[in-house]
Amino acid sequence: MNAPVRIDLKDASSFPSRRVEAWKYSDLRKFLRETPEPSAAAQVTGEGPFAALGGEMLAFANGRAVGADAFVASGEQTLRLRFVSDAVNTGHTASVRIAVRPGARLLLLESHEGAGSAYVAHNRIDLDVADGAEVTRIVLADEPDDVLAITNAEVRVAPGGRYRQTIVTTGAKLQRQETQLAHAGAGADVRMDGLYLLDGARHADLTSVVDHLGPDGVTSQLTKGVVRDTARGVFQGKIVVERGADGTDARMGHHALILGERAEVDAKPELIIYADDVQCAHGNTVGNLDAAALFYLQQRGIPLDEARALLTEAFLVEVIDRIEHDGAREVVREWLTARL
Amino acid sequence: MLSITNLHVSVGDKPILKGLSLDVPAGEVHAVMGPNGAGKSTLGYALSGRPGYEATQGAVAWKGEDLLALEPAERAAKGVFLSFQYPIEIPGVPALTFVRTALNAQKRARGEDEVSAPAFLKMVKAASAALKMDFDMLKRPLNVGFSGGEKKRMEILQMALLEPSLLILDETDSGLDIDALRIVADGVNAMRNPDRAMLVITHYQRLLDYIKPDRVHVLVAGRIVASGGPELAHLLEAEGYDQYLPVPA
Repeated sequence: MNAPVRIDLKDASSFPSRRVEAWKYSDLRKFLRETPEPSAAAQVTGEGPFAALGGEMLAFANGRAVGADAFVASGEQTLRLRFVSDAVNTGHTASVRIAVRPGARLLLLESHEGAGSAYVAHNRIDLDVADGAEVTRIVLADEPDDVLAITNAEVRVAPGGRYRQTIVTTGAKLQRQETQLAHAGAGADVRMDGLYLLDGARHADLTSVVDHLGPDGVTSQLTKGVVRDTARGVFQGKIVVERGADGTDARMGHHALILGERAEVDAKPELIIYADDVQCAHGNTVGNLDAAALFYLQQRGIPLDEARALLTEAFLVEVIDRIEHDGAREVVREWLTARL
Repeated sequence: MLSITNLHVSVGDKPILKGLSLDVPAGEVHAVMGPNGAGKSTLGYALSGRPGYEATQGAVAWKGEDLLALEPAERAAKGVFLSFQYPIEIPGVPALTFVRTALNAQKRARGEDEVSAPAFLKMVKAASAALKMDFDMLKRPLNVGFSGGEKKRMEILQMALLEPSLLILDETDSGLDIDALRIVADGVNAMRNPDRAMLVITHYQRLLDYIKPDRVHVLVAGRIVASGGPELAHLLEAEGYDQYLPVPA
C-alpha cells in the first residue's frame, strides 16, 4: 500500500498535484503553489454546532491549541473537537492526538468552523481505539467557498473495537477529508459513512483507506452526495484485505445525485483482497432526481423547488439515519435541513 | 366547471389526444371509458400538467381559468387532484410528512393558514380509520412496500385530506380486489358534493357499479366518439369498443 502523502504547509514541495494518483481529482497544487504565510492567533467564540450535546472541549484556533492538544478517554465521554479558522490569505496546521482506553466509549463531535477567506487549513488527527473501545466520530464541516482545507485522520482500531464515523460536509474551494484506518479485525467493527452537499463551485473529497490487518473484521461504508451548479464531489474508498485477514466482511456504497448540468462526481471505489475467505462488495451509482417522483409531489401541490429539496433530503437522510446516537443524529439532521 | 375544448396533446412528437372536447358541470361525475391506447391516462396527465405532455392546440378552462397556463403545483392548489394508476414510491419520505407538506403548500398558495401538527394528526386518524388503513403504515416511507390495494387507499386518503374540487381517477380499480374496491369507492363517493367535479377514467365498467356516473364518454383514438347516460357503460361492457374503432382498410 502506498504511504499517504504527508502535507507540510512549510514545504511547498509536499503539496500534491493531480499527477499523484491519490490526488488526481483534488489537485491541491493548482491552488497552492507556495507556502502560505502563517495565520495569526485567533479567538474561539461560541460553543460550536454540537453545543447542545455538552461534554469536554478541545479547540484549535488557526491551528493553535486553545488548551490541551491531546485527550485520553476513559469510561463514557463526549468530546467536542473544534477546528476554528478565522484568517485571510494565510495558512495553519492543527495536530491532535486522541486515545481511547480499553472498553471506553467516546462520542467525538468534530466541527470545522470557518470565518474569513482564502485561508489554508490543515488538520492532523491521530486516533487510537483500544481493545473493546467504542468511538463515534461525527464531523460537520462548514467553511467559506474560497478556502483550502485538508484533514487527515489516522485511526487505529484494536481487536474488538467499534468505530463509527460520519463525515458531513458542504465543501470548500478545495476540501479533502481523508481517513486512513488500520483495522485489527478480531471482532473489530467499523462503520464509515460520508455525506456531501455541494453548490456553487465547491469541491469536497472524501477519501478513505481501510486496511484489514487481522481476521474477522467488519467494515460497512455508505457515502452519499449531491452536487449542484458547477460543484465537484470526489469519493475515493479503498478497502484492503491483507493476507491472513480471512473472515473479513467489507461493504462499500457510494451514491450521488448530479443536479447541475456542469456539476461533476468522481468516484473511485477499490477493493484489494489478498485473503481467500472474505465477503466484499461495493456499489456505486450516479443519477438525477426521479422525474416521476418530482411530478407526483408537484401534483399534490408541492412547488418544484420544495419538491426537489424534499427528494434530495430523502436521498441523503439514509446516511444520517445510520447514526446511532439520538442527540448527534438530530443535530446533524437539523444542520443538513438548514442547508438544503 | 371543467371545460375542455378541442384539446390536442402530444407526448414527444406523437399526437395522442386529437381534438378532445368535454364539459363536466359542478356536482357531476363523468366517466371516460376507452380501449388501451386511446389516450385515457394522457388526459389525466395533461390536465394535471405532467412535463412532457404538451398541449399543442385547444383550451382547458377550470372555474373559468386557463388551466394549461399553470404549473402542476398551482393546479393542485386550485383543486386539481389526479389519483395515479400507479402511485409512486418515495423512499425516505414518511407518508405523513408527505401529505402534511402537500396540504400546507396548497394552503400557503391559497393564502390560508397552515395546519398545525396536532390538528393534522387528528384529521389523518379520522380519515385513515374511514378507509380501514393501519395508522402506523403512514409513518413508513410513502408507498414503499405497500401492496397495490394499500397504494390506492393511500391515494384516496390524500384525496380526503386535500379536499380537491376536481378529482381525476385514473384506473383506480386496477389492482384492487372486491373488498378494497368497495372501500375505495365509498371513499370517493363520500367526496361527492355539489361543488366538486369528478372525472373517472376506466377501461372496465366494474368501477362504475360502485361510483355511479352522471355521464359516460367513450374515448377512442384521442377523441370523444360517443357520450350518454350510465347505460352507455353497460352497453360497452356487453358489446366492447369494436363498433367505435376505425374499420381496417
